Amino acid sequence: MKRLMLWVPLALFFGFAGLAAYQLTQPKDEFIESAMVGQPMPQFDLRPASPDRPGVALADLQDGKPKLLNIWASWCVPCIAEAPQLEALREQGVEIVGVAIRDKPEDVAKFLERYGNPYTRIGADDLSEIQLAIGSSGVPETFVIDGNGIIQHQHLGDIRAEHIPMLLQKLQEAGS
Amino acid sequence: MTRAVIIAIACLLGLASIASAQQSLPPAPLAYEQLQDPAQEAAAQDLMQTLRCLKCQSQSIADSDAPMAGDMRHQVRSRIAAGEEPEAIRAWLVERYGDYVSYAPTVSETTWPLFAIPLMLLVIALFVLRGRFRREAK
Repeated sequence: MKRLMLWVPLALFFGFAGLAAYQLTQPKDEFIESAMVGQPMPQFDLRPASPDRPGVALADLQDGKPKLLNIWASWCVPCIAEAPQLEALREQGVEIVGVAIRDKPEDVAKFLERYGNPYTRIGADDLSEIQLAIGSSGVPETFVIDGNGIIQHQHLGDIRAEHIPMLLQKLQEAGS
Repeated sequence: MTRAVIIAIACLLGLASIASAQQSLPPAPLAYEQLQDPAQEAAAQDLMQTLRCLKCQSQSIADSDAPMAGDMRHQVRSRIAAGEEPEAIRAWLVERYGDYVSYAPTVSETTWPLFAIPLMLLVIALFVLRGRFRREAK
């Protein structure tokens, strides 16, 4: 019995080393989820990011109609891949409001001309203030906002074709 | 073949123009600019050292040159300049990003064993030692 007990520390050590080695081989989840899902959008008022669309303020998200709030930027490469999916959502009657992060009006205009403009409004967030206030940590990210301006869902990363039914479902649950 | 090459080059040029656009907006006013009041700047530095950059691997926002870290430094400095307490700013960020954003250790539902186990081991070690010394005294 006593002899057996001598091996316990060694066994514990190998158990720990094995666990650490296993965790090292696991892919790291790069996405940081927002803790703001279920919370109301903060007070904000963003100037227009492009000359042909109005800016975005809190009141625009409280008009009773659920919307997608798309956090993007003209310098963001995955946003290019996402553009056709946003267009597909728009064609299905979804209202998409954009927030352009750290962007110049001419870059925004160039991007929209090249990849399409699915947005009804685009606000410019030059200091990432709204992004920080809603717990978003990158571009692109898309939030489902209900008609009262409450955040109902966060989609991390670019929207792909397979995400569209899920987003439509979330919008419906939000009361569209 | 040549068409494919031309398309590939066009894509690369397109990416390059987008990548260069990233740096086109100047950093936030207080991203690289210290506060006038040294005490306030020191408080901001202490806080920024213990806030995690969300875009980088294990760097604090004080260490990172990522544009988003600059925007976070601007946020911290402007709030401290406006008289907000550093811990209130940390709480505001934790409310949005969870414990992930803060490097300051806290005792919570999931982290309490980290603090409790060393204490337990210490108590066990004291008991074992006491037993040994008693035996030797005999």
